[in-house]
Amino acid sequence: MKIVVAIKQVPERDAPVRIAPGSKSIEERDLQWAMNEPDAYALEEALQLKEKHQGEVVVLSAGPERVGSTIREALAKGADRAIHVVCDDLGQRDALGVARLLAAALKAESPDLVLTGLQSEDVGLGQTGVIVAELLGWPHATLILHAEKTDGNLKVKRELEEGWFQEIELPLPAVLTMQSGGNKLRYATLMGIKKAKTKEVRVVNAAGLGVSGSPVVALENIASPKKQKQTQILGGSAREAAAALVEKLKTEARVL
Amino acid sequence: MSVLVVLEESGGKIKRTAWEALAAALKLGPARDLTAVVIGAQTETLATEAAAKGVGKVVRVEHPLLARYTSDGFSLALQQLIQSQSGTKCVVFPHSYQVRDYAPALACRFGQALIGDVIEIGDGPVFTRQLLQGRLTGQYRPVGNGPAFASMQAGAFRADAIESATGATATITTFTPTIDPSQIRTRPGEPFRGAAQAVDLGSAQRIVGVGRGIKEAENLPTVQALAEALGAELAASRPICDNGWLPMERQVGSSGQTVAPKLYLAVGISGAIQHLVGMKGSQCIVAVNKDPDAPIFEVADYGIVGDLFEVVPALTEAVKAAKG
Repeated sequence: MKIVVAIKQVPERDAPVRIAPGSKSIEERDLQWAMNEPDAYALEEALQLKEKHQGEVVVLSAGPERVGSTIREALAKGADRAIHVVCDDLGQRDALGVARLLAAALKAESPDLVLTGLQSEDVGLGQTGVIVAELLGWPHATLILHAEKTDGNLKVKRELEEGWFQEIELPLPAVLTMQSGGNKLRYATLMGIKKAKTKEVRVVNAAGLGVSGSPVVALENIASPKKQKQTQILGGSAREAAAALVEKLKTEARVL
Repeated sequence: MSVLVVLEESGGKIKRTAWEALAAALKLGPARDLTAVVIGAQTETLATEAAAKGVGKVVRVEHPLLARYTSDGFSLALQQLIQSQSGTKCVVFPHSYQVRDYAPALACRFGQALIGDVIEIGDGPVFTRQLLQGRLTGQYRPVGNGPAFASMQAGAFRADAIESATGATATITTFTPTIDPSQIRTRPGEPFRGAAQAVDLGSAQRIVGVGRGIKEAENLPTVQALAEALGAELAASRPICDNGWLPMERQVGSSGQTVAPKLYLAVGISGAIQHLVGMKGSQCIVAVNKDPDAPIFEVADYGIVGDLFEVVPALTEAVKAAKG
């Protein structure tokens, strides 16, 4: 089974974010980057499927040069090779524009299965996988915790709202967007990290993919969120703040 | 200029989040310009429910192959409906798991992209949604040709903004899409519950929720001690349960339980919307977090900015002392 895993590089979770001049993007200088966590779960599922059914796991990632470090991380965890769609304007593309890039890169690969995370931790549009499936004319399923291969088909466990689940069968080729928590994520081994250096990363220029179409959704402005409540911040040492809080909870909020 | 609002049902009733989406759509035009859409194999009662909400029209999209939700079935049926309604300016949905599953594909068929998880609608229209797990917001404007597609975040709009118009009920029409069984490629099974829930967080008076800030499973006893001192149940955000540090049944948020205790004390939880929707109805919210910009502080009544490994033990002591 040939599986492509679409991975996005996102700012590290605790990285302090600042709005860049012009208020249309965030300041990228000094930012640390990481693999989008739901995509890490997609990679894990792909690696486990390969361990069961043989085949190949190919990583696909779009973005500027810095994305290379996340690609290497995926290779170190066990992916066989990678495709890096180089584009410096990923943030200016809408969901449709990004999906068109990925779908174009995928066509040449003709995999059996495409896995990706259910959403990115930065922009969080949660659509890329579904649109890629639509553009390729393949069926899809979202919020998947596990996938099992049955002759020519796929049986998946889908998460529904409020603690409900559902099994879905769908034919291959297909696209799945993975929910977190279905598997335990593996770490890259030293051997894996060493091997990753020799694995193939094919660099494709976004412009060379022949993707057309102008944006349909424009990001006009980025701002800090509005506060929904006035928060009383209790300062001082940990001990002082704790004492002040308990006093407030007792006499003001009356919840103790 | 008309706006379609695609409602969603659960157990034969329109979901609250769907009414919220309808309320949100009022920012796009007056109620009489709204068309509520109900979809399924039997939609009569749903349509009656929707018709009493002061909307201009109700359309029943009905077909036996829509009895059970599939992305293929719903996308195809709604695609045909939208094509039949010329002049549709915008199609509005609740941002549910189901909508996330099909609306991006539906929008794509019109050369559009869904503006998902919207928390505010401004003139233009401009749609505001969260970025970086709620740390920033972004304003998005549809600039394509054709209808805009947008889904509304649960709890962001007040369902009571739509009045039940007395007497005046909307006209109800039925739209029958053309669907061939071969066009539905997925075979969905019956929904089932996860492991039996031994913990009912919903009835707890006090809850201590723990998040990624705890760093390692070995650190949980620190927070457990605080929960015990408070007489509170221990709960967690999704990553803690994903890691297997606490059982899934203790998860609060969109994929776990929804709680509204008297006191919700969030420890090391940044406050991504997936968690907030599960607890923001709590009477009193306290947040302990090292990041003063963490979104949890947007919903907190009281906050302590600091290292939880210092604050939590101090808090446990203070609670014990207060209780005597």
